Amino acid sequence: MKALASALLAGLIFGVGLCVSGMTNPENIAAFLDVFGEWSPNLAGVMLGAIAVHAAWLRWGARKRVAAADQGPSGSGRRIDAALVGGAALFGVGWGLSGYCPGPALVALGSGARGAFVFCLAMAAGMLLREAPRWTTRRSGKASVIVP
Amino acid sequence: MLFAIIGGALIGLSASLYWSLNGRVAGISGILSGALLDHGHERWMKISFLLGLLAAGVAFAIFTDRVPAPTLPLLPLSAAGLLVGFGTRMSGGCTSGHGVCGLSRLSVRSLVAVLTFMFTAALTVFVVRHVLKLWVQA
Repeated sequence: MKALASALLAGLIFGVGLCVSGMTNPENIAAFLDVFGEWSPNLAGVMLGAIAVHAAWLRWGARKRVAAADQGPSGSGRRIDAALVGGAALFGVGWGLSGYCPGPALVALGSGARGAFVFCLAMAAGMLLREAPRWTTRRSGKASVIVP
Repeated sequence: MLFAIIGGALIGLSASLYWSLNGRVAGISGILSGALLDHGHERWMKISFLLGLLAAGVAFAIFTDRVPAPTLPLLPLSAAGLLVGFGTRMSGGCTSGHGVCGLSRLSVRSLVAVLTFMFTAALTVFVVRHVLKLWVQA
């Protein structure tokens, strides 16, 4: 129960951060990515603010070591391979096209707009497509850690 | 720029809490796919995170103009959604997982991923806005 409450709080703060930063507006994403237009450095400011706080936390504040099972996207044991670079390249095309990465896209559902639901459904479909091997783990009940 | 940095700091705080209290990396693409495909407690934890995220979206959409509706036509919007979903799971992270959490941990893999998606995103915006001249508001 405590874990669910802290996850809810973390999600809430994350969403508030995204909204405060203005990154939920695709125009602001495009303004950063459009190097040949009227360039805006705001996205870099968001990244720097986030990394400064989180890096400092990891360096000086974190007491609990992360569960070994979840080294997350940046697991140090994994290699730089075609999946990493190819996947990131595909993600970048979708991000540049729409101005939405997963966080802002989910927050945009709050607008109640049809486009936000269409984007999130397509995003979930893309994830399920890629993670098709995990569908079967549902029946076996085994831990489902897939290394891309 | 001040709002960008403050918002970013809140995102960093969220990632720190999720790391220390839940022992997980706050990567949104991983949390969403986990909410869809994980089991039991792990799944409920990720659903809880998403509920918090959505609550913030609803509140800001009601009380501010910071959560605008997407303006892109539905066809390119859904194509982009597919690419974002498929690509983030293929590379194992998105702007938050690789960008915020990975770079904070000085992960070389995450740096490679971030440079790659920043490059293809900027290239896509260049082609859409300056070559094809599509969907650009005057």
